[in-house]
Amino acid sequence: MSEPKKNIKMIQGNTACAEAAIAAGCTFFAGYPITPSTEIAEVLSYRLPMVGGNFIQMEDEIASMGAIIGASLGGAKAMTATSGPGFSLKQENLGFAAMAEIPCVVVNVQRGGPSTGLPTHVAQADVMQARWGTHGDHPIIALCPTSVSDTYRLTLRAFNLSEKYRTPVILLTDELIGHLTEKIELPEPGSIEIINRQKPTVSPEKYLPYESTASLVPPMANFGEGYRYHVTGLVHDETGFPTNDSDKAALMLARLNDKIEKNRDDIVEVEEIHIDYEMETLIIAYGSSARSANRAMITAREEGHKVGLLVLKTIWPFPEKEIQQAMRNAKKIIVPELNLGQIAHEVEWATNRRIPIIKLNRINGESIKPSEIHKVITQG
Amino acid sequence: MDYLQYLRKDKMPHIWCDGCGHGIILKSILRTIDTLGWEKDNIALISGIGCSGRTPGYVDFNTLHTTHGRAIAFATGLKLANPKLHVIVVTGDGDATAIGGNHFIHAARRNLDINVIVFNNRIYGMTGGQCSPTTPTLKKSTTTPYGNPDSAFDISRLAEAAGASYVARTTTFHVAKMDQYIKACFLKKGFSVVEAYSNCPTSYGKMNKETGRRGVDMLLYQKDNMVPIEKAKDMSDEELQGKLVTGVFVDRNIPDYTENYSIVKQNSKK
Ligand SMILES: Cc1ncc(C[n+]2csc(CCOP(=O)(O)OP(=O)(O)O)c2C)c(N)n1
Ligand code: SF4
Repeated sequence: MSEPKKNIKMIQGNTACAEAAIAAGCTFFAGYPITPSTEIAEVLSYRLPMVGGNFIQMEDEIASMGAIIGASLGGAKAMTATSGPGFSLKQENLGFAAMAEIPCVVVNVQRGGPSTGLPTHVAQADVMQARWGTHGDHPIIALCPTSVSDTYRLTLRAFNLSEKYRTPVILLTDELIGHLTEKIELPEPGSIEIINRQKPTVSPEKYLPYESTASLVPPMANFGEGYRYHVTGLVHDETGFPTNDSDKAALMLARLNDKIEKNRDDIVEVEEIHIDYEMETLIIAYGSSARSANRAMITAREEGHKVGLLVLKTIWPFPEKEIQQAMRNAKKIIVPELNLGQIAHEVEWATNRRIPIIKLNRINGESIKPSEIHKVITQG
Repeated sequence: MDYLQYLRKDKMPHIWCDGCGHGIILKSILRTIDTLGWEKDNIALISGIGCSGRTPGYVDFNTLHTTHGRAIAFATGLKLANPKLHVIVVTGDGDATAIGGNHFIHAARRNLDINVIVFNNRIYGMTGGQCSPTTPTLKKSTTTPYGNPDSAFDISRLAEAAGASYVARTTTFHVAKMDQYIKACFLKKGFSVVEAYSNCPTSYGKMNKETGRRGVDMLLYQKDNMVPIEKAKDMSDEELQGKLVTGVFVDRNIPDYTENYSIVKQNSKK
């Protein structure tokens, strides 16, 4: 038997995201054009009708976020994509999705901010907004790809996690990764792991859409399947109806947050490169900055420096445990990122500042060069 | 008919004040559903936020209480994901035409096949009586204590101009007409709107003497000031001052969004 032909393509990160969405079973996309995320919408406007799905260009990002929540309740796997100002507009409805436990994927291809900022340039300054952008204590998952093939893989993972945990998942990519063209080997359709939301097995009379189950994730019925229930952004009890009872509110909000926190080991993904007990310098990086960090590490190691790299693929929930383990005997940590230290602060907290943390930051729309990180490894 | 079969009895009493018109509109919606024989499982009732926005909580359908102004956006996704559902949006005047105005006109432009019932009490009821985009000029609200300097939207004409298939307006006094319009609205393919002037004695009535302060006074005010659209055509602007023009504004058969998108789907496979 001959080897099956590999499906190798040269594509952009944004195209990989769109293709992965189709592969994940996404049948609904609503969006509003904004650089540098627009290609995701363009590719899906072409691809979704082919597979019988729906693409709709909405009147704004608020509407786009609302539409994907509605579509998900109707049973579709749904996604939206945006950048900077558009991500700000999505926040209220993003909180609704978290509160009402509606699976959906929100892509933010980060560009320079604040405000209209640097529309065509790279940044990683929405990291905290991804965590806390919508009001109130809420759970969230955010994933950061470092390459085109990683974008494909993590888009699939975003859909799977959203379905598994009944939660919005943010794919927090950036302009550099979104517009980077690289080689990617597309997986065979049958070889992809697809997770679908768990459906209720009880009768409609017994169904509690927000039940405190052992898994912390109650099964979800889609609208129109015979389970008539109520969905609201108000604090609700297990039946889904609003309540002002503080005990019930506490129970519901605890489960909502625990659902992600207690499953963090399943959700958190990091990549360890050359992390061992000899390591003196640990670099912690994510997204496009991890590429520069990797290059700098390779050069420094060739010169004999004992340096390792921890790449955060899941950024929320925060991988503090993985960081504590990766530190080992390191004498310093370097955190390169395209913001003023948003993740470095989290690293300081996770490590209790036991060793020096060197921040390497840039917010002018340029990426951090490997040589700059190299300099900090060798001298700083 | 038995209204209780459509209500979530355990969610009663409702939050609406004595003399509120919103319940009159809800009953008309339920009567129409009963007349049409729609299955409860196939109905999705969606709202934004407001007194009108509390409607979904009381009815035994698939119900969705979204964010303020955004019901139509959520409804768009739901309808496209499951076209078999009868999607009904209930919304207030503020919800539909202030914060949600953009979604309202764009869904009309797309001619999305959903039904929108606007509970127009010309004030923000839920938040205690601030002015809305339909509060008439120089009328009072808690944020226009000296009179409202703005002009009011004509919601039905707005929907008509934006491209809706069906638009009609009535009042909570004119219940037979309301039933007739809601039925036509529900049966129409495409974006269909019934705007119902509703009485809010608690806020509008309290602050604006001309309508009277009680619900019943406000209903009679609607009766006395209603002008059918056919008659309004021959009246001057001065004569129409303060009048409630009602009737069918538009009823046309044009392709809806799904019909056009099915062509898109065919084209993609060529
Ligand atoms: C984003 C946002 N802004 C403001 C509010 C507060 N709010 C709740 S209901 C409402 C107005 C409701 O008025 P209307 O839509 O006319 O409905 P009614 O209560 O009169 O039925 C406002 C301003 C909110 N819930 N969300
Ligand atoms: S405040 Fe007005 S609109 Fe709200 S329930 Fe009371 S009467 Fe009805």
